[in-house]
Amino acid sequence: MNAIDQTFANIRAQQGTALIPFITVGDPDIETSVEILKQLQLAGADIVELGVPYSDPLADGPVIQRASQRALRHEVSIIDCIRVAKRAREEGVSIPFVLFGYFNPVLQLGLERFFEMLVEHEISGIIIPDLPVEEAVEVAALAAKHQIHLIPLIAPTSKDRISKIVDGASGFVYCVSSLGVTGMRADFYSGIDQFLEEVRDATNLPIAVGFGISTREQALQLAPKSDAVVVGSAIVHQIESVLPLLEGNEADKQDGLLQIQKFVRELKV
Amino acid sequence: MITVPDINGKFGKFGGKYVPETLMNALLELEQAYLHYSQDEQFIEEIKYLQRQYSGRPTSLYYAERLTQHLGGAQIYLKREDLNHTGAHKINNTIGQAVLAKRMGKKKVIAETGAGQHGVATATIAALLGLECKVFMGEEDTKRQRLNVFRMNLLGAEVIPVTSGTRTLKDAGNETLRYWVSHVDDTFYILGSAVGPHPYPMMVRDFQRVIGDETRAQILAQTGRLPDYVVACIGGGSNAIGIFYPFVQDETVKLRGVEAAGKGVDTDEHAATMSKGTHGVFQGSMSYLLQDRFGQVLPAHSISAGLDYPGVGPEHAYLKDIGRAEYTPITDEEALAGLQLLSRTEGIIPALETAHAIADVAKLAPTLDKDQIIVVNVSGRGDKDVETIMKHLGGKL
Repeated sequence: MNAIDQTFANIRAQQGTALIPFITVGDPDIETSVEILKQLQLAGADIVELGVPYSDPLADGPVIQRASQRALRHEVSIIDCIRVAKRAREEGVSIPFVLFGYFNPVLQLGLERFFEMLVEHEISGIIIPDLPVEEAVEVAALAAKHQIHLIPLIAPTSKDRISKIVDGASGFVYCVSSLGVTGMRADFYSGIDQFLEEVRDATNLPIAVGFGISTREQALQLAPKSDAVVVGSAIVHQIESVLPLLEGNEADKQDGLLQIQKFVRELKV
Repeated sequence: MITVPDINGKFGKFGGKYVPETLMNALLELEQAYLHYSQDEQFIEEIKYLQRQYSGRPTSLYYAERLTQHLGGAQIYLKREDLNHTGAHKINNTIGQAVLAKRMGKKKVIAETGAGQHGVATATIAALLGLECKVFMGEEDTKRQRLNVFRMNLLGAEVIPVTSGTRTLKDAGNETLRYWVSHVDDTFYILGSAVGPHPYPMMVRDFQRVIGDETRAQILAQTGRLPDYVVACIGGGSNAIGIFYPFVQDETVKLRGVEAAGKGVDTDEHAATMSKGTHGVFQGSMSYLLQDRFGQVLPAHSISAGLDYPGVGPEHAYLKDIGRAEYTPITDEEALAGLQLLSRTEGIIPALETAHAIADVAKLAPTLDKDQIIVVNVSGRGDKDVETIMKHLGGKL
C-alpha cells in the first residue's frame, strides 16, 4: 500500500483533516531542510511536499520564487531534492513525501530514472504543476507502474475538465483554492464551496485544498470541506523570516527551528 | 509533409500545452474561438482592412542594389516590415489577436515585451480598439528601451517592470503568464512571438504569414522565380516563421534563421538556442532550450533585447529537426557591423534584431552566384536602438 493511502485511511477514520506543509528543498541549504522536515513532523504534519527549486516557477508567487532563488544559489538539483527524503527518513521522519516540481527538471533527469529514484528514496507521490492531464500520459503510465501517485491539480476554472482529471488520478486530488499563483492572500476564490462540492461529487479520492492558505482561521474554514489543507508560501515565508537564526550559532538555529515548528503546529486543525 | 500542428498542438514532438491547470480551459476556449473566427469572412476582412488601411500593408519587397553590389554575390531583396505602423512586423500579430479578443468579448489585454516592439504594437492596437492594456517588461529592458516604455505610456498602456529572475524577456513572459492565471476570467493574453502553449505558436504564425505570402507573390512578380534563400532573425521566431511558412513546401527555397550569438557561442553569454540548446519544456511548450544539465533555464544574452531569450518557437525546432530550415548564429559585434552596412549602403537603419539577419546575408551573399536570390526580412527599424548603438559604437563612427 502506498503510504499516502494509509495516511488518508487514518485521517478519514478519525474524521480529521490532514496538514500538508510545503517547503522548498535547499532553502537555505540541504542540511537545514532535513532539520526543518523533522520539525514539520513534530508539529503534526501528515504528509510533506518537497518543492524542487526551479529557475522559472510559473505557478508560484514571489515568496516561493525567492526561496527557489536562494536554493539555486548553491545549485540544489532535483536529485538533491529526492535524496533529502531518504536522509530525513534516517533522521526519523516517517510521514509520506510528495515531490512538487516543474516538468523540465524531471524531463532532463529522464522519466525512467526519475521514477526509479523516487521508489528508491521512498517518495510516495508527485505533483507537476505544469503538466496538465493531456500532456501527462507517459508520466502517468510510469507512475502507475512504480506505484507512485501522480497527484493532479484541479482549478476553479477546470469545470467540465474535472471528471477527465479525476478519472485516472490516485492518492488524492489537489484543489486550487484561489485563481492565481501560490502565495498568501486574504480571500479564496469566491465559489470555493461549490467548487469543492463538484470535485467531491466527481471522485472518492481524498481532497486536499491549497494555494493561499496562511492562517489557522483559513485552515479551519476549509477543513470541513476537505481531507487535507496544503500550506506553502506561509511556511516558506516563516522560514525566510528566521533565516538569520538558521544561519547563526547552534542556539540560534534551534530557536529558528522551534519557531517554524510552532508556526506549523498552529495550522494543524 | 504532414500538417502541423496536430490537434494536440504538437509540431512533431515539439509544442503542446505545458501550463498550470488553471489556464487549460482558457487555452481551449481560445483555440476554439480562433478556429471558429479564422473561417469567418467578416473577421478575416476586419484584419485585412486594418493591415491595409491602418498598418500600411502590403509592405514593399525592395531590391537592395547597392548592398548587392557591395557584397558582390547573390541579389538581395529586402522585405520591408520596418515600414509597418509602429516600425516592426509585430503589429501583424497584435491586430489579429486584438480583433480576436474583441470578438471573444474581452475588454482587457496583457502582453509581455522584450525590446518593447511587441508592447508598443499591443498598446497601439489596444488604443485603437478601446481595450485596457497592461504590458510586462523586464526591468533591465525598461532601461535599455526606455523610449519604448514612454511610447507605451503615451498610448495609454500601463507598463509593469518585472523584477523577478533575470529581469528580461523570459521573466516578462513568466510574469505575464502568472498575471493571466489570476485574471483569466476577463483578460486576453496577446502573446508576441511564436512561442508559448498551443494555440499561440500556430495563431502567431497564421497572423504573421502575411509577410511570406506577400513576399512570395512579390518576388514572383518582380523576378519571375522563387528565391534561393529566405533569411530572417530569430529570437522566439515570429518574423521568421511568418516569412518562412509560405515557402515551406517550396523545396528549392532554403530557409535560414539567424540567432543571437551574443559574445560568442562558446562563451556563457549568448542566446543561440538552436546552436547550443537541447530539448526542454519552457513557458508552455516543448522546444529547444538553453538549460543546465539539471533542467534549470540559463540566462540568455544578446545586444538586442528582442533576441535575448533562452527558448525558441516549437515550429522552428520542428523545421530544424526535419532538416527543412537551418539556423546560424551571429554575434553582437557582427550584428553591429551588419547594422552599419545596411545603413550606409541603403539608407535603412534596421533594428538590432534585424541586423543579425543582415550580418548573416553579408557572409552568405558573396559565396553565391550573381543570378541567385536572397530575400531577407527587415523585421523592424532601428530607431528604438539608436541609444544602445551609440553606446556600443561610441567614437568608432
